[in-house]
Order: sequence, then C-alpha cells, then structure tokens
Amino acid sequence: MKDNLSPGISDDIRHDSAEKHVTGRADYTDDLTEPQGTLHAYLGLSKCAHGRITRLDLDPVRAAPGVIDVLTAADIPGVNDVSPAGNHDDPIFAEGEVRFWGQPIFAVIAETRDQARRAAALAVVEYDALPHALDPIAARDAGMGYVTDPLKLRRGAPEVALATAPHRITGRMVIGGQDHFYLEGQIAMAVPGEDEDVVIHTSTQHPSEVQHMVAHALGVASNAVVVNVRRMGGGFGGKETQMNLFCCVAAVAAKKWHRAVKLRPDRDDDMTATGKRHDFVADYALGFDRQGRIQGVSGDWYARCGFSADLSGPVTDRALFHADNAYFYPDVELRSHPMRTNTVSNTAFRGFGGPQGVIVAERMIEEIAYALGKDTLEIRKANLYQNGQLTPYHQEVEDQILPRIFDELEASSDYHVRRKAVLDWNARGGVIRKGIALTPVKFGISFTATWYNQAGALIHIYSDGSIQLNHGGTEMGQGLNIKVAQVTAEALGVDLSRIKITKTTTEKVPNTSATAASSGSDLNGMAALDACDQLLARLTGFAASAWNVPADQISIGETVRIGGETMPFADFIRAAYLARVQLSAAGFYKTPKIHWDRAKGTGRPFYYFAYGAAVSEVSVDTLTGEYEVDRVDVLHDVGRSINPAIDKGQVEGGFVQGVGWLTSEELWWNDKGELKTHAPSTYKIPLAGDRPRIFNVALADWSVNREKTVKRSKAVGEPPFMLAISVFEAIGMAVASVAHYRECPRLDAPATPERVLMAVERLRGGGTAA
Amino acid sequence: MTELRFLLNDTEISLSEVGASDTLLDFLRISRRLTGTKEGCAEGDCGACTVMVGRLTPVGLIYEPVNACIRFVASCHACHVVTIEHLRGQDGKLHPVQQAMVDHHGSQCGFCTPGFVMALYGLWMTNPDPTMTEVETALQGNLCRCTGYEPIVRAAFAATRAGGQAADALNTERENVASRLAGMRGRVDVARDGRNRAIVPADVDDLAEVMLAQDKPTLVAGATDVGLWVTKFLRNISPAVFIGHLMKDIAVDDQEIRIGAGVTYSEAAPVIAEHFPEVDSYWHRIGGWQVRNMGTVGGNIANGSPIGESPPLLIALGARIVLRRGAERREIPLESYFIEYGKQDRKPGEFLETIIIPRRGDALIAAYKISKRRDADISAVAAGFRITVAHDIITRAHVAFGGMAGIPKRAAHAEAALVGAPFARQSFEAAARAVAEDFQPLSDWRASAEYRRTVAANFFRRFWLEHAGGALPVRLPRAAGE
Repeated sequence: MKDNLSPGISDDIRHDSAEKHVTGRADYTDDLTEPQGTLHAYLGLSKCAHGRITRLDLDPVRAAPGVIDVLTAADIPGVNDVSPAGNHDDPIFAEGEVRFWGQPIFAVIAETRDQARRAAALAVVEYDALPHALDPIAARDAGMGYVTDPLKLRRGAPEVALATAPHRITGRMVIGGQDHFYLEGQIAMAVPGEDEDVVIHTSTQHPSEVQHMVAHALGVASNAVVVNVRRMGGGFGGKETQMNLFCCVAAVAAKKWHRAVKLRPDRDDDMTATGKRHDFVADYALGFDRQGRIQGVSGDWYARCGFSADLSGPVTDRALFHADNAYFYPDVELRSHPMRTNTVSNTAFRGFGGPQGVIVAERMIEEIAYALGKDTLEIRKANLYQNGQLTPYHQEVEDQILPRIFDELEASSDYHVRRKAVLDWNARGGVIRKGIALTPVKFGISFTATWYNQAGALIHIYSDGSIQLNHGGTEMGQGLNIKVAQVTAEALGVDLSRIKITKTTTEKVPNTSATAASSGSDLNGMAALDACDQLLARLTGFAASAWNVPADQISIGETVRIGGETMPFADFIRAAYLARVQLSAAGFYKTPKIHWDRAKGTGRPFYYFAYGAAVSEVSVDTLTGEYEVDRVDVLHDVGRSINPAIDKGQVEGGFVQGVGWLTSEELWWNDKGELKTHAPSTYKIPLAGDRPRIFNVALADWSVNREKTVKRSKAVGEPPFMLAISVFEAIGMAVASVAHYRECPRLDAPATPERVLMAVERLRGGGTAA
Repeated sequence: MTELRFLLNDTEISLSEVGASDTLLDFLRISRRLTGTKEGCAEGDCGACTVMVGRLTPVGLIYEPVNACIRFVASCHACHVVTIEHLRGQDGKLHPVQQAMVDHHGSQCGFCTPGFVMALYGLWMTNPDPTMTEVETALQGNLCRCTGYEPIVRAAFAATRAGGQAADALNTERENVASRLAGMRGRVDVARDGRNRAIVPADVDDLAEVMLAQDKPTLVAGATDVGLWVTKFLRNISPAVFIGHLMKDIAVDDQEIRIGAGVTYSEAAPVIAEHFPEVDSYWHRIGGWQVRNMGTVGGNIANGSPIGESPPLLIALGARIVLRRGAERREIPLESYFIEYGKQDRKPGEFLETIIIPRRGDALIAAYKISKRRDADISAVAAGFRITVAHDIITRAHVAFGGMAGIPKRAAHAEAALVGAPFARQSFEAAARAVAEDFQPLSDWRASAEYRRTVAANFFRRFWLEHAGGALPVRLPRAAGE
C-alpha cells in the first residue's frame, strides 16, 4: 500500500452530494416517494417524570378522524426493548410506570401525519406520581444508583501525592449537556414485504443495530430485516441508538397492517423524547508543585445518564479516558458515577464523554495558573505528556506532537503579543473586558468496545467498467462517502467519476459498527482498500495469464497497460468479464494493536491519538454577561489529509458546535422534570453571527500518522469539538480580570450571559461599579 | 372569490379547498411533492423551509425570504411563491448562489442547505454588495449544525462577485408576474371540509366589515406567532382572517410617525433607521430575517406578549395606537393597551389599525435586550429608554421593560428617580436601585429572576455610560456595529 496519495486525489474534492444539496434534490428519508397507502404513526409521550400509570384511556385517540390503530407495549410481537447495551432497560413503550417526562407510552397510526398527531394529543393518562431526581447529585443523594457499572482508573498513589504536594486545591465543576440539534429529526419509514420481511428506510448512524432491534421487536430473525440509509441530515451521535425506537414502532405497525408506515416526530417531541450529551458534575482534588507541575489528581465524574443505560457505560468511561486531556498525572485516581436520573436516557454526542473529561483537565490547569499567578499556557507546557509516559489507563503515549503544534500556533496567532494587549486593555478598567486562551486536545481514536473496530466494504465492477462502492459506514455530512471513494479511485487508478457511491444497506455489508467515534474513514476506507487489493490481484492475474506478461509489467487504471499494450479500463474490464473473472469483492478490516481490560483499568484502548490546539480571544460585556468571539486560530492534526477541504469543514464545524455547547446551548428542566428548552425557539445553537469574527483554521500538514491507517490519515470528526474550550477559558479570563486575576473564575458550563454576569458579580464581591 | 390564487414557481395555483391552518410547507411537500424545502422545526426558527415570496407593494413587486412552515397557504393569495426547485436555470446550470455554495463547501449534511440558498438568494437579489454585517443579518434566520457557517459566509460573498442579477428569472419576468398577481387580487373566502374557514379581505374597510360579521375570528398578520398556535399547539384558528397584506402605510409629518399595523419589521426598519438610528441594531435583533419579513409591528403589539420585542421600545417612545371597530376609531396610549397578562384593551370586532410614534425632539433614546444568543432569540429582558435633558437636568424619563412582568410596563420608581435629577452618574445609579421596586420578575428557562433584576439595573448604568462620553468602549464590537 502506498502511503502517498496520487496527485489529484488528496485534494479539496467537494462533497459528492453538494450539487444535490444546493438544488434540493438530495433525498432524505422524509423526501422518499411513499408507497401507496402509507400510514403515519405518532408517539404519545408521558407528562410525568416518574410515576405509575393509573389510567390510560386511549378510546378518544381511537375515535379521532383517520385513526387506524393504537399500539402499546402489548402489541409488540417480540421484545419491548431497544437497549443497545443489551440491558433490557429501554422499553419501546412504557408499561405500568413512566421514568421520565416524554417517555413514549403508545403510538397512534392514522391515514395522515396530521391526523395521527392530533389524535395522540387526545389520550387521557393519569399517574400516581413517585419521587423523581433530575440531576446526578440529587440522584446520588436519593440513592438512585447506577445505570451501568462505574469505572475506576488508577495509577500510582494519588493519596500520598495529594497529601505531600506543596499546593492542593479541591473544586467542583458543573458541565451542561447538549442537544444534537441535527437539522433533520428522527424518522423511519417501514415497508412490509412478504413472509416476515420488512424494509426500513431511515436516518441512522447504525443500520445493523436498527436491523437487530427491529428483528427483536418483531420476534423474527435478522435476515428478514433490511435497513437502508442514503444520507442523514446530521447525526452527531444523536442517531447512533436513538433511531431504534422509531424504526421498531414503524416496523411493528407496518407488519400488523401490511401497509407502509412512517414515523416522524415534531421537533419538540424529538428533543423531549431522545437522549442528549450527558451533563456531568465533577469533583476534583489536585496537588501541584511551585512550578505548577501536577503531582496528584483524584476526581469523581457524576453523569446524568437518564432512566436507562443506553451508551452511558462507554460515555462515562470515555470521560475518564480524557480526564487527563494532554497532561501527565504522575499519581491519579479517576472514578465515574453513571447516575440513574428521571430524565431522558442520554446517549452518544460528538466526543462521547471525552469533552466532559477534557474540560475538567483544563479547569485544573486554570486552578493552578490562577493560584500561582501565571499564564495558563505556561502551566500547560509544564504538564504536557512526553513520549513514554503512561496515561491513567496505562497506555503509553508514543505519538506526542503538541509541542510543535504549540510552537507553530503561538507564532501564527501572535499569542504572546496579543495576550499582553489583552492584559493592557483590561488594566484600563471599563465595561468591556477581554480574554485569551490557548488550549490543546489529545483525543484517543478507536471504539473502546474493541469488537466495534471492524468494517466491511463491497465493491462491484460492472461489465461496462462502471464501479459501485458500498461500505458499512453512513453519510451524515462528514464526507465519509467521498473520502472512501477517493481512496478507492486511487487504489484502482481510476477517475472518481467512474465510482457510484450507494446508500448504506444491511443487504450489502453485514454486521457493521455504528458510524461513530470518528472512525468512519479509518475503518471503512481500509475495508475498501482490502476489496480493491483483491480486485487488483484478480485483474492482474487475469492480465498476466491472458497476455502472457509478467505481473510487474501490468498497471491497471483508466488506461490499462499490459506489457507494451494499452487499452481503456472499460475494454479491459469487458475482457475480464468474458474471461469469467469475478468482478466483485468484499473487503474487511479490523484495527490492530488495541486491547482493553476494563476490570483492571489497563490496556491500549486507542490505536493512536489525534491532536490539535486553538487560541481564542473574546470580549465580554461585564454589565450584561454577553460576549463575542473576536478571533480564533486553530492548528489541527488530521495526519496526512485525504481531503483537506472536508477535514477543514469538520474542524470549523466541530469547533462552532463546541462553542455552542459551552455558551448559548442550555438544557433547562422545570422542577416537575419537564424539559422546557425543546425547540430552536428556546434552545439556542450558534448562528452565523456567533462564529468567530476572525477564524483561521489550519491543518498540521506535516503530521503523519505513525500507525498504518488509510494513507496515514487521522480521524477528524470529534477532536476539534474540544478546541472550543479555548473560548470558554478566554471568557473566564475576561471575567477574572474584574478581580485582577487573583481568583480562578470557576465558570460552569454553559457560560450563558447569565452565568458570566453572575461570575463577574461574585468576583467583584457583589459590587456593581463598572 | 371562492378560490385562492397564487403563482408557485411557473405554475398558477387555484385552490377552492383551503383550510385556515393549512401551512405553505405542507402544501409544498405533501400536495405538490416539492421536497427541496425542508421541515426542521415547524416554528420559524431554523430556516430549513425558507422560500421566497413575491408580493405587490406600492413600489412594485418585491421578493423576500420567509418561513414556509409557519406561513399559511391562505396568506399567499396573489403572491408569487418561489422554491429551491425554481433556481436552476433553463439550461440546467446552477444558480450563482448555488455554485458558490458548492465551490466553497457550504454544505455538509445538506439538510439546511436549500434554506440557506434561498436566504442567500434573497440577499443576492436585494443587496448586490453586502457588508459582513449585512450577510450575517441575512442569515440570522438559518441554522446550520455542520459547517460552523464560515464556508457559507464565504459563499455569500462569492455569489456577490459572480453577479448576474439582471438575468435572473425573477427580474426578467418581473413585469409579467406583477401583472398576473395584480389580476388575482380581491377578497377570498374559502374553507376545507366546509369548516376551517379562511377569509382574505380585499381592503381594510372589508376587514372592518368581516370583523363585525364573524364570531371570534382569528386575525392572522405575519403568522410568526399564530403559526405556532397551529404547528405546535394544534389549535383551531377558524375562522381566520388574513391581514398581512393590509394596513401597510407609513406616513411621517413633523409631529409624528404613523405606521400601519400590517407593516412588517423589515418594512419599518428604514423608518427606525432614519428617525431612531440608535435602536437600528436592536431592531435587527428581532427574530431572523424571514421572521422580520413576515412579522408585523401591529401583531407584536396585538398578541399581548409579556415580552414583545417592540412594545417596550414603543412605549418608551410614547407611542399611541388606533383601534378600529367598523367605522369607529379610538386612540389610546400604547401602554394602556396592556392590562395584565393575557388581557388587552381590545373589544370584540375591534382591530389595531395604526401605531403613532411622536417625533423624537431632542430626547436621548436607547433600546437594550439580553438573550442567551445575541440574534434571533426572544429577550429575557428588553428595555426602551427616552430621556430628555435640559440644562443638565433630566426633565422627562420614559423607561419601559419587557420580560420583567406579565406585560410590557414602564418602570415608575426608576423614572421618578430620574426626573428632576441632574444628568449625572449618581442619578442613574439611583434609578438602577429604584428599578428593583418596579418589578418582581420570574425565573424561567430564559433567565433567573436574579439575573433579570441585575440586568435591568445595569441597563441604567449602560445608558449613562453610553451618554457620558467616556474614553473606553461600553459596547461589544459587534453590538457597536464595528
């Protein structure tokens, strides 16, 4: 395998669907032509955070215009469960007891979506309310217990290190969750077939899991269920497991009535009934020396997991895996607490718990810097990993490149001059204060569930020379399809235009993993390469024997060269077909080297690390707590980029999404447990005007993955998300200026204008003078 | 007329079965299978459903991006609805806006993209040389979760450079379309299933008659609020009377500015900019562009919201309103229209016709709001200030707040602290303390009561700092329009 991409392949090739996107001709699930007689389902949701259902009168629903049927748990022919962890704790429909406000209790099936929706609102449900706990600390205090086994990572003797350190700080950080706010909501359309067959058209990151869940719900084998995903209108982790329920409901109704059934919740119901990024409360104890070098760390991460496990196990694990971010903790113990709460079951979201670990590491850096009166950057540099050091999970760091990233970014962003200017600005006093911060990310790449690190691809060359590419990954905007197509085109030496990328379907590639953990290109690209290698071996063998030419005189591509003879690719393929050469190959890949012993908390869960850093400068209005991001400089590591334009898009988009998480996006429940920020009118993701006024994003084009990944590239989806912590910390610095940086601002997330102003007021000691 | 008529792209639509609550988005997607227009939120906040609507005005046919999700079909009478499917030229080439989005990698998942293209199309058509602020303002009504917006903004400028407006179909066909739309105008009275009735009055006198004839009609102007009654609360709004095309006059004399109740935020914007330039940026923080193109100043008042982005400012400016019932009219101060939460001074059969704003004289004027997100967010607290100073003494003080009580309301204690006091820092400090006595705000998802109180007090400090002429900036760079 060549490590270098051919000219024209490692290029800013646009998204394969770009023209369809801009013309409105890209089909999403809701745009597909509905089969004649398609019915529409709508969910009835609980209006109680925790309670026994004492009355469930669905007769008014059944009597509503257009209604065909109402489904409850009793109507599910197989298993009433969509737990991705196999815990059997995630019912499709609640039975007897509801455990969060918004839990599905029933579904109504009607001739039109409008009829189904209006009918669902007519149900009469009464509850005998039980005590509920909404946040993780309340849940701990109420003895709610864990939704899944907690994790402990330990190395050395942190008790001793903390007791003997010259400085010791303890603190708490509250970290908010985040709604995915994919623009296309959850949606499933089930089309029944003969026998037990059903085809699901949906928008999921995990077609194989939907296949298995639907099979369980119907009580049939997986081979009866086909799941098709052409594209998603955004996923971000919110469609890794959350689509299961919608697909199961549509499938059960479709099989029962022998008609296609579509289920698409309104945005409010989507946001109320589906899981989000976990909120955390982290308690930390930190020991460090007079130079700011960390000596010992002990921490507890309490997560709002919701009523069931879903993916909370691996999410809370990953919070601990990233609680060091880029820093060496000589002696450390980290403990996760996946708390059961009476809220929607939280799930995967870009970073998968990692951001909630990283941000606490950065808070601890701030604690040290403010305690010692130093620049946070100096503290960061004093604690960066050196190759050969061990993480808290005992993986050796081998590929550290942050020192070079820091050096280059400090220079390109003019960090030191600008920091001085910020300090000078703030020294004048005044209402508008500024802050600047440089923060890094080191992100572990691989699913920590080792078996997920496998992928398949299926490549057909048709007898006219056209190529169809299938792989197990799903396209949600991240450009996975174009990247895998580029890799395939380069391997076969053909033009990209020769390759058609199809929908993802469980019929073509079985037993796939979720497109998640930033792994899509790494895994599926390598699987496609394996298929290409098989095809090339067969075609070369055919050419060698048919033309009687040594293999080293054969090159396959748009122009096929066999000895001294050349011919177009299509003619060569036609000849191969007539000679009965198999023109289809299934590729496979599994990530090498990785292993993980969760019980011991040791292993090598990650194949490699991706790195990056950002410098952000902000202005804060100390009369209102509002702020603006004045400038951001990013230098990010994607290894050797397969498609710099696509990768840059991931960096920019991930960064702004991270800024949203840490600033304006706030989940707010009332004391009854009802989420009141459940639509874009109340839940505020960033707008164009919120993006940094100056936004310089560069890829570390010198970086080469030391591991053998596809073309030595690195994963890019999640890591840049955490670079937004630089904005958060810069806001904190501006706040701290009102007390002359003598006190760590200890902002909690999200830093809404309210939290910022309240922090300003707190640091001023309740004073109000500007 | 018993038929509702409008142009949809190249096609003339004539509908006799139209319900009051039929949305344009469902009509496009379900009835016409024009699936390029997407549903993202069904409440006018994400912009995925953005279409252009052309309508006849006294200055000719104008096109504006609007949200199809909360736009009712009945409100499209005699309009030209343009969807994403209409952009591609006859030759099959991409429109300059589309080409720029492709070239600059402006789409990732692509779901928001048609809406962005339509908003950018509206900008490209109406402003061939936009500033950065104008691009951002045009995109306030569009959410993208993938790109971080940078490539979309780059595409906006690239489309500008590409030009081509004169050759665009909406310009070359302008006269033809205008005459076709003119031929469609007139009163419409339609229904679905014999109920769910929609009435489009021919003119304001017709409206006055309809209001007397109908029992509890729902008045629908811009539908930026009523739209949600339907899409979110599934309310029955029949019979609905659609008035977004009426009461569009703006008249200015040396005493006052008279704004018709049907004037949209966008239509009022030039008047605000000319007469109250200090609050121009405040005005552009109300909704997104699509919402400002639909929402009306009259509707913002009439629906009686406790927040209402324009009433606090208008009350501070001393606005009066004209309410009409049949041929009778009465004029009241705007502040007395709001009685208590959910209750306004409007009688059966009566409708808001005109808003009258006194010319400013030499008053100092300001409007502030705070929200979690700067743009297109409903305020947690909004405030309007009108302060008159003579010989360094504050002679008049009108300060009104939204979000602090069940209605938009003046801050009586704070005003009392100001009037007669010197125009000096300590007077505004006194007002900042006094405003605590004026309101007992609530805590909700937008803000805590404590934050609301703190910010309300700080608005007085801000007003002083902005007018004290200090050397240091008192506004964030973007807020200051830099």
